[in-house]
Amino acid sequence: MSLPLTRKDLMIVNMGPQHPSMHGVLRLIVTLDGEDVIDCEPILGYLHRGMEKIAENRTIIQYLPYVTRWDYLATMFTEAITVNAPEFLENIQIPQRASYIRVIMLELSRIASHLLWLGPFMADIGAQTPFFYIFRERELIYDLFEAATGMRMMHNYFRIGGVAADLPYGWMDKCLDFCDYFLRGVVEYQQLITQNPIFLERVEGVGFISGEEAVNWGLSGPMLRASGIQWDLRKIDPYESYNQFDWKVQWQKEGDSLARYLVRIGEMKESIKIIQQAVEKIPGGPYENLEARRFKNAKNSEWNDFEYRFLGKKPSPNFELSKQELYVRVEAPKGELGIYLVGDDSLFPWRWKIRPPGFINLQILPQLVKKMKLADIMTILGSIDIIMGEVDR
Amino acid sequence: MPASGIAARADAGRACILSDPWTCGPPKPRPGNPHRVSLLPPPRAPRLHPTISAATNPQPGSSTSLPLDPTPSHPPRRRRRGRSTMATLLARQAAQALRARQTAQLGPFASAMQGHLRTYFNAGTPKRFKEDEEKEQLAKEIAKDWNAVFERGINTLFLTEMVRGLSLTLKYFFDRNVTINYPFEKGPLSPRFRGEHALRRYESGEERCIACKLCEAICPAQAITIEAEEREDGSRRTTRYDIDMTKCIYCGFCQEACPVDAIVEGPNFEFATETHEELLYDKEKLLENGDRWETEIAENLRSESLYR
Repeated sequence: MSLPLTRKDLMIVNMGPQHPSMHGVLRLIVTLDGEDVIDCEPILGYLHRGMEKIAENRTIIQYLPYVTRWDYLATMFTEAITVNAPEFLENIQIPQRASYIRVIMLELSRIASHLLWLGPFMADIGAQTPFFYIFRERELIYDLFEAATGMRMMHNYFRIGGVAADLPYGWMDKCLDFCDYFLRGVVEYQQLITQNPIFLERVEGVGFISGEEAVNWGLSGPMLRASGIQWDLRKIDPYESYNQFDWKVQWQKEGDSLARYLVRIGEMKESIKIIQQAVEKIPGGPYENLEARRFKNAKNSEWNDFEYRFLGKKPSPNFELSKQELYVRVEAPKGELGIYLVGDDSLFPWRWKIRPPGFINLQILPQLVKKMKLADIMTILGSIDIIMGEVDR
Repeated sequence: MPASGIAARADAGRACILSDPWTCGPPKPRPGNPHRVSLLPPPRAPRLHPTISAATNPQPGSSTSLPLDPTPSHPPRRRRRGRSTMATLLARQAAQALRARQTAQLGPFASAMQGHLRTYFNAGTPKRFKEDEEKEQLAKEIAKDWNAVFERGINTLFLTEMVRGLSLTLKYFFDRNVTINYPFEKGPLSPRFRGEHALRRYESGEERCIACKLCEAICPAQAITIEAEEREDGSRRTTRYDIDMTKCIYCGFCQEACPVDAIVEGPNFEFATETHEELLYDKEKLLENGDRWETEIAENLRSESLYR
């Protein structure tokens, strides 16, 4: 912290870790000159659980239930990246149906995450009402999740080579019903929020990030797209079956908090579009690649041969990772969620490095809040959209 | 769609999602049903400000190409209302500072060019102080847009946004609740729900578990402890089957791994206790759970057997 030593009237304020608008347990040491922020220092680690180390002591399958605890509001994305990493490493194909199911689940999860961004963000800048409305819609998403996966938040649904179980009968109709309903919900939010003069005064021009800055800071997701850079991994580096749908990257030019709000609102609508297309086009067939359950050392065995080994219905604990390394990434609602995975010819990953989008996006916070007012910290932090579970891991 | 509006739709949506069991009801013919396929028009078009609606639908000439522009990105000027003049100016100042930084890096020639562009392109007088120029420009823009001025006046006079927002909240005031009164009302549970564990028995009363220890092996949290030995009749049974419910993360791998459907995670989620020790379940407790929840568990397993 570089402060002029002559200044005597500065005040150092601790925001968090229990501050209600710190989105968990983020702690900010804020140096104030009156109401102006001179300096801001984030302190992390209050929710550190050693998630990367836990991964090194589990098989991938066993680690799957843990990953939803990183970003517990965009749970499907953590599962997607966890199964994508070994799938790419071992070159496992997944059936089209599983891929479509995954896309539907991911986009629903994106909506849920953006909704739970919207509500607290509005609450941070003083509007309590949307906070209650978003839970109404989010509840429906979680009902859909519960019907398909068994749990509302900690799904444990994606598996290496597919998904755990097929969608229940009638689920897709409910999903389409939800899409129809939710489009009205978004309209309602825009009616309530977008033109509100108080809201506009709080967010317009606050937390400005230029496109170049955003790239240099390694920002991703809506933070980057709100600064005029059309970078969406679903388009740029397509995974699952995203290249089979018709949708547009949501982006804005302005780079302020309002632009980030608009990007996220737009993304929710685009997600609905993707879900509708996916539900319409979903193919039949298996929901899981049973080959993925074979033991690795029996890979060359013939189908139906005596040596052919796979565990029929059950999760195989013995998925071996070959001695390779790779980086895989998905476009999570908060940005680029990546895994750097190093295999070691053993059951456990040798290294499991997580690239959480929230952690990287958070780094720009001290620069953004400097020379702003104290109350703008809430706006800026809210517009960054962090979840401490993935920041601290 | 009934005309009773969003709220009725909300209730209908919730009711149909919640009350309808997942396994019944004929599937509706999706492709032939036009209102499922197309996006329904919103009940009332949101009155977006022209700037915002223009901004939400950008012209993505190059939405797939890599958009990293090597030239310094000028934060594009959005036509703003006069009310947000301060914010606009702040944003612009920030942008100008950024531009100045970039021109300093680019060297004198570029800076001259950029200065040239910046000062002459906007047709302002070059010698004037920049902020004044900006303000004047803004004032001109606003004055030009009489429509916006009119709209702003109306909005200010009648508090349009406030009225709109308040009417929305008022509407929900008279609507049905979407919440449930939890201990007395409960939402429906999915047959796939993973709650409190139970050890099941066969109909003859014989316990199912054969102590294969697959659940113990797969358990990510290592919450299961099993000891086994041969019974008098020669069958292999557990002598000890403990689950530490405080370690368990309810992932459901134990019931997936079980070859005889002995250990299952039942539909019970209300088993909070006062002490930690009460949550260290032993075989007796688990079998008792199985006896108590057998009807529900059997039904859930039956309906789930189609999918797994």
